[in-house]
Amino acid sequence: MAHYQVNKTYQEINEKIKQGKAVVVTAEEIIGIVREKGEVEAARTVDVVTTGTFSPMCSSGAFLNFGHTRPPIKAARVWLNNVPAYAGLAAVDVYIGATEPAADDPLNKVYPGEFKYGGGHVIQDLVAGKPVHLVAEAYGTDCYPNKRVEKEITLKQMVNAILCNPRNCYQNYNVAVNLSNRIIYTYMGPLKPRAANANYCTSGALSPLFNDPYYRTIGIGTRIFLGGGVGYVCFPGTQHHPGKPRNEHGIPLSPAGTLMVIGDLKQMSPRHLVGVSLLGYGCSLTVGLGIPIPLLNEEMAHFCAVSDEELLAPIVDYGTDYPQATGRVLGHVSYAQLKSGSITLNGKEVATVPLSSLVRAREVAQTLKEWIMAGRFLLGEPVELLPTAEETPLAPTYARES
Amino acid sequence: MHAEMLILRFSKEVVDKPIIYRLVKDFDLEFNLLKATITPRKEGLIVMELKGHPKNFRRGIKYLKEAGVKVQRVAHEVRRNEERCYQCGTCTAICPSGALYVERPEMSVVFDAAKCSACEMCCVVCPARAMEVRLNQKALER
Repeated sequence: MAHYQVNKTYQEINEKIKQGKAVVVTAEEIIGIVREKGEVEAARTVDVVTTGTFSPMCSSGAFLNFGHTRPPIKAARVWLNNVPAYAGLAAVDVYIGATEPAADDPLNKVYPGEFKYGGGHVIQDLVAGKPVHLVAEAYGTDCYPNKRVEKEITLKQMVNAILCNPRNCYQNYNVAVNLSNRIIYTYMGPLKPRAANANYCTSGALSPLFNDPYYRTIGIGTRIFLGGGVGYVCFPGTQHHPGKPRNEHGIPLSPAGTLMVIGDLKQMSPRHLVGVSLLGYGCSLTVGLGIPIPLLNEEMAHFCAVSDEELLAPIVDYGTDYPQATGRVLGHVSYAQLKSGSITLNGKEVATVPLSSLVRAREVAQTLKEWIMAGRFLLGEPVELLPTAEETPLAPTYARES
Repeated sequence: MHAEMLILRFSKEVVDKPIIYRLVKDFDLEFNLLKATITPRKEGLIVMELKGHPKNFRRGIKYLKEAGVKVQRVAHEVRRNEERCYQCGTCTAICPSGALYVERPEMSVVFDAAKCSACEMCCVVCPARAMEVRLNQKALER
């Protein structure tokens, strides 16, 4: 066990939050505080650091229970605004996935496809309070005789609506370039030929898992800001790969840890859950997500003080290497360089393009900070932390993440 | 049939040439004048709708440019729906005129409508579909 000069517990910090005495700063503000006062003093003064990210997160979706009908139906095929939802669950439970396009979407038949409406848009329309057209079909049973239901339904009218995202909040992500000779359309946005632009997608120093790189405070039960409401980390996300190589600050040099998160969709807002259309790629959902990190000791202050200069992202060629899963990385670049507007690749200046909204990520971190300072958001102590070691060996295609 | 609103700017050198006449006669195009101010020895300006077969329309535009007329197509303009835009920056990858750019260090995304050429490339690239095409009313009022 390491011996720290500062030792705080979740209970002590929550007590201070309840009394309105907790000192809360954002992950951008803590950098200067640690530089000025040192890690120990910062950990003594500050109780919680809030983080934030606002990016398309494809592995997202919601469980919906649309309520029993009369006569009852055991829905086998369900559409919401003509977007198919998975109905292989109990009678009126469905799962609507963010990337599911509308049933009649032309997809990439006319390339690049526009993917105007999909599961992410259904989720945003629901949280915006708009009625959604529901169609359910069934084969009919003795106990569930109804074979077809068609109605307008709002989020309020649903019995339950739970956002449950199997993989969010990537710890680091690729910087996408295109070394081929034609423009390509990817989930990282349009990439012009001959590396004319480099697209990146994290909020850097504000990004949740960059501020707790070894998951010392994040695990099952961590209470978070999710889509404008309150959510929880419920499990390591799919493709959680903590074993990726790290730099001297403990920061993974490629996409590593991920989170599975859950929360009551009925409390969320359309400002922080935005249905998106990625040209030539598909539909998705942009999610606003923020995690409070308790400064339990000076080591946590050290981790939270990480700045854009110390965070490195891998540059990957989406023209050839990514679609062929070669795992080749062209080099690494810091988030400070990425945010400056251009990077140098093979001696050539390349314009950088953010896909993740830093403006909204700051808003998420700021909102979470205000919630905690107002005493309306308490820290959730994890019942189990996220794994820091690989549970299964990395597949040979591990460098390929999406 | 193809129709578009155009703003034509004539320099001193070409202002007295029968350009619109040739446009009608040689390219079989129909025009509807909305505004015309041509001051002798000074720059002239015409706002008009030009209509005709798409092929003739293209040839007509080419003729205008070759004759030294500055052609601005203003049938539509692009505007940003501020409510939908969440300031990511994806659009800055493709904007050819620099109308969309990232303001540093805030990292906010700025749309400078004055620099926009209404090419509409941002409209399909914007993940939130915040860039919208509208009829340019100003062109009619000017």
